[in-house]
Amino acid sequence: MSQARNSLTRSVLSHAILLTYTIIALAPVLVVILNSFKTRAAIFNQPVMPPLPSTFSLIGYATVFGRGNFALYFTNSFIVTVVSVVLVMVFGAMAGFALSEYRFKLNTLMGLYLAVGIMIPIRLGTVAILQIMVATGLVNSLWALILVYTASGLPLSIFILAEFMRQVSDDLKNAGRIDGLSEYKIFFRLVFPLVRPALATVAVFTMIPIWNDLWFPLILAPGEATKTITLGAQSFIGQFLTDWNAVLAALSLAILPILVLYLIFSRQLIRGLTSGAVK
Amino acid sequence: MADATSKQRKPIRWHIAVFLAPAVLIYSLLMIIPLLGTLQQSTMTGDITNRAFIGLGNFVTLFTDPRWSSGFWNAFRNNIYFFLINMLVQNPLGILLAALLSNPTLRLRGFYRTAIFIPTILSFVIVGFVWKLLLSPIWGVTPTIMKFFHAGQFFQPWLGKEQYALTTLSLISVWQYVGVPMMLVYAALLSIPDEVLEAAECDGITGMNQFWKIQLPLILPTLGIISILTFVGNFNAFDLVYVAQTAAAGPNFSTDLLGTFLYRTFFGMQLQQGDQNMGSAVATVMFLIILGGVCIYLFTVQNRLRRYQF
Repeated sequence: MSQARNSLTRSVLSHAILLTYTIIALAPVLVVILNSFKTRAAIFNQPVMPPLPSTFSLIGYATVFGRGNFALYFTNSFIVTVVSVVLVMVFGAMAGFALSEYRFKLNTLMGLYLAVGIMIPIRLGTVAILQIMVATGLVNSLWALILVYTASGLPLSIFILAEFMRQVSDDLKNAGRIDGLSEYKIFFRLVFPLVRPALATVAVFTMIPIWNDLWFPLILAPGEATKTITLGAQSFIGQFLTDWNAVLAALSLAILPILVLYLIFSRQLIRGLTSGAVK
Repeated sequence: MADATSKQRKPIRWHIAVFLAPAVLIYSLLMIIPLLGTLQQSTMTGDITNRAFIGLGNFVTLFTDPRWSSGFWNAFRNNIYFFLINMLVQNPLGILLAALLSNPTLRLRGFYRTAIFIPTILSFVIVGFVWKLLLSPIWGVTPTIMKFFHAGQFFQPWLGKEQYALTTLSLISVWQYVGVPMMLVYAALLSIPDEVLEAAECDGITGMNQFWKIQLPLILPTLGIISILTFVGNFNAFDLVYVAQTAAAGPNFSTDLLGTFLYRTFFGMQLQQGDQNMGSAVATVMFLIILGGVCIYLFTVQNRLRRYQF
């Protein structure tokens, strides 16, 4: 009896702590989104109230769409993220396959060489990266960002994918070899489709830091035509700092796409983070 | 027999090279070579037309010349403080939340897990501005909420005051990243087999005792991983300070971290001109700090902590 009551208290206490922290985690985001739909007066007079019919206003969004290039920024971010993620997945899977499938001299050394990038942030090479991009004329192009993000995403993806490819059955690959498939066909037709779950994990892991990065867009592609949404929102908000409606609307617009992506992919992301544990 | 055939003819297996080439090429060209180039450039002086080797001269300047050293050591101290707050607040909080979530009978687990992780996926630009607005004395959100809890008189413009700004930013970083230790510890706790916990229960070890004596020792390797992730992330931090306090890391450089110091050294700011060689020197110091942390982790922490395989 006392044990039952004990476990009830524990469960109530658990919910109380988790609920409190959930509110702490979500409230700041909610306050910004709700206030972006209000008139300027209501933003300041009743900051914690949701928008009511009398205080509802879209003036902030009108400013953002009228004055900012958000459609362009969004397209840039989208191109950079999608191309980088695809390159990371394909090249990462190919390298992971080579490392996990074949025994060759330097295999271990190559693995270690590629693993350095997991821990050492690419940002520390910025000085030289900028010089390379200036020398090759890639500054202020989306390719500069795509190449840098591909390089920084590859080490972890190779590591994860090699781990997964070790689990693909040898019998299957050997059956393919007996049927006369080339090593390339074995990879692209047999192995690549089989590691799709791992590829999804890699995609989500790679995507979020690329979409959110500010450092490289700021240094390698700060021009108006190549601004990503993160940099675009940053500089737009910097210019319109006193226009609270516009700032709140711009922030809400920056939150929205990543939030939608997260809610779609949260299963993959959580499965990746807790890989193997959550069955 | 396989042995015999491989001895007879040993063709070069070109497909291995083809599989490795794209990844190794991009990775080497944009990661390893720039990193080495930066290390090399930290020992040079002069501009691109007239560059000369000066050995450790830039580092001597960085550590001892008063024009550089006060800024550098200030950023270094701030960075250590930033890291300590993250370690002491973010990781214990993450462990607590994970311990609560790992209770299999708890309802709404998925909801809590998804919701608490949301700040982690947001960019620094969003996080920085959201908190800047929320803590702004012009907009009354925080004072309104604090008044509701009868604590209105304690409100301060935290991000604008020298003595509070760094702590406030550290806590914002905790708010953003608590999801990572939570998820990793949560996964580690779930991987402990039920038999171990049942055996503990038979021995009368339950509740909090069970957590401290059974579960925590078993997840020590994960705690090592989250510590090193926090370390690398914190000593590489830039965006949050840049967004919330600009590259000047105000007020009066009280929120300057090595990342913002690197940015100002490299690109310059207002009256100060950018200096690529000194920028490389700062990046090299950051590289050595991070490398040192990773080595300590690999050679001591990870070796001592036995991995429990079930």
